[in-house]
Amino acid sequence: MSTSTTDPVTMAPQAAPSEDPALRAARRERRMRILMPSLALLAALGLWEFLVRYNEIPHYLIPAPSLILETLWKDGPSLLSSAWFTVKLTLLSLGLAIIGGVALGMVFALSRTIEMSLFPFAVILQVTPVVAIAPLILIYVDSTFAALLICAWIVAFFPILSNTAIGMRSADHNLRDLFSLYGATKWQRLRYLLIPSALPYFMAALKIAGGLALIGAVVAEFVAGTAGQNTGLASRILESSFRNEIPRMFAALLLVSMLGILIFLATSWLSRAVLSHWHESEIKRQG
Amino acid sequence: MPLDTSAQGAAQIEMSHVFKRFDNGTLALQDMDLTIRQGEFVSLLGPSGCGKSTALRMISGLLAPSSGQITVNGHAPGKGVQGGDVSFVFQEPTLMPWATVFDNVYLPLKLRGLSRRQAEAQVTEALEMVGLAKFGGSYPRELSGGMKMRVSIARAMVTKPKLLLMDEPFAALDEMTRFKLNNDVLNLWRRNGLTVIFVTHSVFESVYLSSRVVVMAPRPGRVVHDMALPDAARRDAHYRTTPEYAETCRLVSDALEGTMDDVDLNH
Repeated sequence: MSTSTTDPVTMAPQAAPSEDPALRAARRERRMRILMPSLALLAALGLWEFLVRYNEIPHYLIPAPSLILETLWKDGPSLLSSAWFTVKLTLLSLGLAIIGGVALGMVFALSRTIEMSLFPFAVILQVTPVVAIAPLILIYVDSTFAALLICAWIVAFFPILSNTAIGMRSADHNLRDLFSLYGATKWQRLRYLLIPSALPYFMAALKIAGGLALIGAVVAEFVAGTAGQNTGLASRILESSFRNEIPRMFAALLLVSMLGILIFLATSWLSRAVLSHWHESEIKRQG
Repeated sequence: MPLDTSAQGAAQIEMSHVFKRFDNGTLALQDMDLTIRQGEFVSLLGPSGCGKSTALRMISGLLAPSSGQITVNGHAPGKGVQGGDVSFVFQEPTLMPWATVFDNVYLPLKLRGLSRRQAEAQVTEALEMVGLAKFGGSYPRELSGGMKMRVSIARAMVTKPKLLLMDEPFAALDEMTRFKLNNDVLNLWRRNGLTVIFVTHSVFESVYLSSRVVVMAPRPGRVVHDMALPDAARRDAHYRTTPEYAETCRLVSDALEGTMDDVDLNH
């Protein structure tokens, strides 16, 4: 690629002639993986800016990226405090979903009877759209924050529950027999066999639940409207929409999706950190 | 002990009138009587469905007989196992993919409550026994099929068992690897004074390894021949090319064939 030869980074470390070409190729691929999407994104933004300016589209219809950035800068402090509210809501609900989902998933995996009795409730929670339950929850729960938390939790909870239960059950049968042969206690079996077996499933669920918690937090806040004082990004989007402040809407939207990206990157990183030394899903194949 | 002139010890395993019927109605094992003495290398040989693996699992205590009596070292099966007297090697290596080779071999000692430091010497010794001392830090996925199987054997040996149960351990390996592991097992058996029960469907493997071959037949699973083989302790790789080996294989083969009129012979 011609782009990489003009890239100053390639020039900096004078590659020794004896260097392994496979290593060099790997490094180049890594660089390309960051470079290409960045270039594509910049190009798209440039095109957007150009089209808006060239066609003189009014900013209350589609604002140019530069205006959005400007708004972000101007309204930064107030938008950031809203973003912090959404972050708190998302992370707290995700944390509670992990605790609840893992605990109940373990119970399900250990007892068929309990699973049979309780699984329908979990399914009902999962299949009923959160938008439809949210108004009720907002009526019954005094604190708006707690109500929003419950909504986001409902959305994020199910994948963790079901994957934890499936993962614990996926433990190799011969290994189970081996643990029985050596007289492993219930706790040893859980600690050394079932939990490691469930880990890849849990990590897959975490990636999904991270995104869902954010969606749950935003959707619930939309339903709640701008009732509370301490409001998150969703309320800012609603409020800007009422006032026709389209650049601010975009700025808030940008923060929401950046939040989503951050959560995705964090959960992906965690998954790789935990699984890369043994699980197929995170192992990099050589050539 | 009657008829026992060898150096072998007391009866270690006794099965009498053992039946096993599975929940689906299949009679997996019919009226099995078997006495195995300390230090024997017994192969259970037969086609699929003859109950050889079922018998092995019952001896290990993983499976309970439907009727009949089994004792291992004078106890009900499974009791001795928890003390580490009995080890089991599965057809697959059955390693924990998330743990290093060292940690896989350490597992039986860990389950007994030994710390890593307390277990280290024993684990290292077991790894040396199978020639994998340098691979303690590797993960199972980095090893070949034969190496994984050797880790599995090291794990079985780490508790210094008196009885080693092997359920078609080399069936999935290529022939060269299998020959090599056959020799490894023979050496382990000789050096450690173990009793080995080895389930296989290979006549050649059973004759090469065993001091005694128990031939089983399917539908219903039962014992049809019990053949003592001479000189098991003195065999080496050349034994495969001797006329005695060929002759014994023919004898065992005939015994096996006579029992399988209704089975198509692919093994």
